[in-house]
Amino acid sequence: MGAIYRREMNAFFISGVAYVFLFVFYLLSGYFFYAGVIGSGRTDMSPVFSNMFIIILFLIPILTMRLLSEEKKNKTDQGLLTAPVGLWDIVLGKYFAALTLFIIAESVVFIYAGILAYLGDVVLSTLLGNYFAMLFLGGAFIAVGIFISSLTENQMASAVASMLALFVLYLFDSFAANISNENISKVITSLSFYSRYIEFTQGIFSLPSVVFFLSAAFLFNFFTVRVLDKRRWG
Amino acid sequence: MIEVKNLSKKYGDKQAVKNISFKVEQGEILGFLGPNGAGKSTTMNMLTGYISSTSGQVLVNGVDIFEDPKKAKSFIGYLPEIPPLYIDMTIDAYLSFVYDLKKCKLPRKAHLKDVCDLCKITDVRHRIIKNLSKGYRQRVGLAQALINNPPVLILDEPTVGLDPNQIIEIRTLIKKLGKRHTVILSSHILPEIQAVCDRIIIINKGEVAADGTADEIARQLTNEHKMTLRIEGTTKTAADKDEIVKAIKSLKGIKYVRADMERERGIYDYDVEADENTDIRRALNELCRQKGWNILMLQLSDLTLEDIFLKITMGDNDIKLEPNERPRINIKFDEEDSEEDVEENAEEEDNDDNNGGND
Repeated sequence: MGAIYRREMNAFFISGVAYVFLFVFYLLSGYFFYAGVIGSGRTDMSPVFSNMFIIILFLIPILTMRLLSEEKKNKTDQGLLTAPVGLWDIVLGKYFAALTLFIIAESVVFIYAGILAYLGDVVLSTLLGNYFAMLFLGGAFIAVGIFISSLTENQMASAVASMLALFVLYLFDSFAANISNENISKVITSLSFYSRYIEFTQGIFSLPSVVFFLSAAFLFNFFTVRVLDKRRWG
Repeated sequence: MIEVKNLSKKYGDKQAVKNISFKVEQGEILGFLGPNGAGKSTTMNMLTGYISSTSGQVLVNGVDIFEDPKKAKSFIGYLPEIPPLYIDMTIDAYLSFVYDLKKCKLPRKAHLKDVCDLCKITDVRHRIIKNLSKGYRQRVGLAQALINNPPVLILDEPTVGLDPNQIIEIRTLIKKLGKRHTVILSSHILPEIQAVCDRIIIINKGEVAADGTADEIARQLTNEHKMTLRIEGTTKTAADKDEIVKAIKSLKGIKYVRADMERERGIYDYDVEADENTDIRRALNELCRQKGWNILMLQLSDLTLEDIFLKITMGDNDIKLEPNERPRINIKFDEEDSEEDVEENAEEEDNDDNNGGND
C-alpha cells in the first residue's frame, strides 16, 4: 500500500493535477472567506464550509478521474495485479493519496482561522467540527470517484460521470421534497449527503452522520475492489 | 517449479485456452510458440494471476496462484506484452516504486544498480520513460521483472519491436538469466525460440500441439522414414532411372519411390518413403551392392522448426499421432483454414519450380 500511495502522491504533482486542484480550491475558498466571513464581519467560518460543498463536488472528480482508468488504459494495472499485493492495498493506496491531497487543500482553513484570530475570537470547536465534517464528506466523495474511475478506461468519462453522480447525491434533498410517499422520502433524506453535511456547518456535530460518511467511503472502496476482482474473471 | 494442470479459459462462448497441462523444471528455459491469437498471452496472464482460469490449476513453487496469490506472485517476475510502465516517471523512480511494491528486502541501491547494469539501462536511469525509445522501454520492462530476483521469469514476447541488435542483446540476456532463473518466454518468432529455449511448447488454437525440445519434435515428425537418395547406375544414362525405381520398389516396406531430377551427369536423385517400422537403409545398400550401383548420397529429410511450426499450425494432417509418448503431438484439422493453406502452398511450390527452371 505504501508504494502505491507514494507513487500516486508523486503522480499528482508530476501530472500537475495537484496544482490545479489546490489552486482552484484555495482561490474559491479564499473568495468565500473574504466575501462571506471577513466582508460581513463575522468570525464564524461556516459560510466557507457550506459554500465549498458544491465546489468539492466538482473538484474531487478531477482528483480521482485518472486513478484507475489510466492504469487500465496504459495496461499498468497488469504490473500491479501481478505484484505480490492485494486488491485492497491497491485501492486504499490510491484512496489515501487522494485523501491526503484533499486534506492539504482543506487545511487552508487554519490559515484563515489564524487571520480571524487576529481580528476577533474564533470558536475552535465549531471550526474543528466543520473541518472534520468536510474531511468525512471528502472521504466519501473520493471513494465514489475512485469507484467510477474503476469502471472506465477514459479519464474524461470518469470525471464527467463522477461529477454527475456526486451532483445526483446533492439533489437527493430536492428529490425527497418532491416525493409524496413519506417513507420513501424519509429514506432518501437519510441518504442525503448535503443535509447531513449542512448540519455540521450549523454547529451540530452528529455522530450518525459521521458513521454515514465513513460507511459510504468504505462501501464504495469495497465496490472498487469488487470491480477489480471481477475483471479478472471476465 | 511451475506446474500447470488442465488449465482452461473461456471468454463467453469463445474458448481461448483448452485444457493445457505442462511442467517447467527449475533452471529450464521454456519457449511458448504459437501464431497470433493462439492463447499464449492468455495462458501467461493466468500463470501470473492477472486473470483467473475457468478451470484448472497453476502451481508456482508448489503454491496455488488462485489460493495464495500473494505468495505465488512473489516468486514471479512478469514482463507483459505491453510493459507496465508509468511513462511520467524516471526509470530510477519507477524501479524504486517496483522495489517497494514487491516488498524487496535486498539492499536497494546495490540491487537497483545490478538490475540496471544487467539490462544495460544504467546510462539512461535519470531520464523520463516517456522520452525513451521502444527498445529502452522494453529493457525497463525486463528490469522491473527482475527486481527482487524472482526464481521464475515470465516474458511475453520480450523482443517485439526491437531492432536486430537489441534482439540479439535481449536473447543473450535471457540465456544468461536462464542459468539462475526458470524462464518461460513466448514468441511467434521461430529462430528466437530455437536460439534461446531448452524446451518448446507449441500452442495452436488454445491447445498444446507439441511439447519437447526442438530436436525431439523434429524427430517425431521426421520419423516417417523419408529420404532422398542419389544413386549412380551402371549405364549412367536416363535408362537407369526406371530400373532403379523398380528395384527399390521391390524392397520390403517401401511405400513410395519417385525419381527426381538429374543432379549429376546421368545420375538421378530418388525420393523414397518406407513404412514407419522398417529401416530400409541396410536393404538398400545390399541391393546396390548386388546390382553394382553406388549410393552417392543418402539424406533423411529433416524438418526445421519452421516446417514443424507451419505443419502444426496450418493443420497438415499428414502428421502421425503417437499418443502417450513425448513429444506429444496433437493436431486439430480446421477445414476452412486448410483449404486456403493448400492453395497458398501450391502457389509457393509453383514459384519454386519456376525459380528452379530459371536457374
